[in-house]
Amino acid sequence: MIKVLYFAWVRERIGIPVEEIETCARTVGELIGELAGREERYRLVFADPSSLRVAVDQRIGDLDTPIADASEIAIFPPMTGG
Amino acid sequence: MSVTITADPIATEAEIAAVSSGRTEAGAMVSFTGMVRNDPECLLDSLEIEHYPGMTTTAIEDIEKTAHERWPLIDSRIVHRYGILRPGETIVIVVTLSAHRRASFEAAEFIMDYLKTRAPFWKKEHTATGSNWVASRTDDSRAEMRWSSPVAD
Repeated sequence: MIKVLYFAWVRERIGIPVEEIETCARTVGELIGELAGREERYRLVFADPSSLRVAVDQRIGDLDTPIADASEIAIFPPMTGG
Repeated sequence: MSVTITADPIATEAEIAAVSSGRTEAGAMVSFTGMVRNDPECLLDSLEIEHYPGMTTTAIEDIEKTAHERWPLIDSRIVHRYGILRPGETIVIVVTLSAHRRASFEAAEFIMDYLKTRAPFWKKEHTATGSNWVASRTDDSRAEMRWSSPVAD
């Protein structure tokens, strides 16, 4: 089981801030592909992965980042802090 | 070196004074204040800032640590707010302290450029006509990239 967090408009469009996912996905990209196949709301949000950014165990990652030993993944739009 | 992420209003003057207090070895201090801007055309009511608790602190601490590795800083302080802010309120302050001015100027700018693209905050504008998530700016991505070339001594 892995914890997946969503922020900003990703959170709004999926409808939840966090969920526990059972997955065999080996990378962030594979996980997103799996989620996109679940329901329309995921498919719409993940339609353009280049519009998203990710963090694995609170470190910035990308679609190729392995997730086998990760406990937490976050998916969000580009950051707008500062 | 310290970072605070808070929902409370930032006491800018007190924070700046605390950085230099008692540090007579410092000859230079630079402070940057980022405020909520009210674009006259969009009539901003409030700015909502969302963040990733846990990652925000470690991400900004990493940015600060990198600044201390690249420049001879005596000290630094970064405070970033989240929650609902009104036009004119302070979102972020970056304070840098060094023996001479160049390190403080450059490190403060570096910290802000990295903070814009690597600190997990997201801003949503609330106006009379609706709400929308602020998009990241190409200028900010470019600003971060220019620090990749070696810094001349």
